[in-house]
Amino acid sequence: MSDVPLDTAEVAAAVAAAGCGAVVTFVGLVRDRNAGRQVRFLDYEAFAPLAVRSFERIAAEASERWPSVTLAIHHRTGRVAIGEASVAIAAASPHRADAFSVSRYAIERIKQISPIWKHEHFDGGEVWIEGATADPQDEAARQFAVNRACS
Amino acid sequence: MLVTVRLFARLREIAGRSELRIEVPDGGTVKDAWTILSGRHPELEAYAASVSCAVNEDYTRMTSLLHDGDEVAFLPPVSGG
Repeated sequence: MSDVPLDTAEVAAAVAAAGCGAVVTFVGLVRDRNAGRQVRFLDYEAFAPLAVRSFERIAAEASERWPSVTLAIHHRTGRVAIGEASVAIAAASPHRADAFSVSRYAIERIKQISPIWKHEHFDGGEVWIEGATADPQDEAARQFAVNRACS
Repeated sequence: MLVTVRLFARLREIAGRSELRIEVPDGGTVKDAWTILSGRHPELEAYAASVSCAVNEDYTRMTSLLHDGDEVAFLPPVSGG
């Protein structure tokens, strides 16, 4: 978790190793439009220690299904401008297929279980974005993320 | 027993603070702490079905027993990424 701009090269470098033929990075950016609103910026709030634990959990889940993959997740807190990165994920593996799958799995799981919230500031107001009820034990949600990762 | 409650995002705004201490009867659960809290801040009741909880920085269930000095966190639906 970081309250300063994410360094996407650093996230990729954190997982690259001699045995890796592939590093897939996913970078989530702040959009200027959402649900018909003109977005000015997002303010991210997090329960940081639990968020880090959720990332560790996601990495453990991923390595159970994709044992050859190394995963790194960095997420912003605080005010993030349009076009700036809010999340950076890097997955490294000997072959590309697993790295693609794990990067997708990680972003789906972050959206399900990481205690992080977007406070959207738009032209004319502000709103808390509320998505999934966080439940790491929800096996149906986890299976949904696996299916997304394998599609 | 005395427990520390931490609130985030919209829940924090409703309560007007991010952290508070509340007295919960001995043998009480996370759910009991939530009930006490939403008694003080009725707007929280809208989150009764969607709130998640953590005790001492670990996700847990509303049925979990609390102990003196625990830190219980209430989390509205998440929106990271």
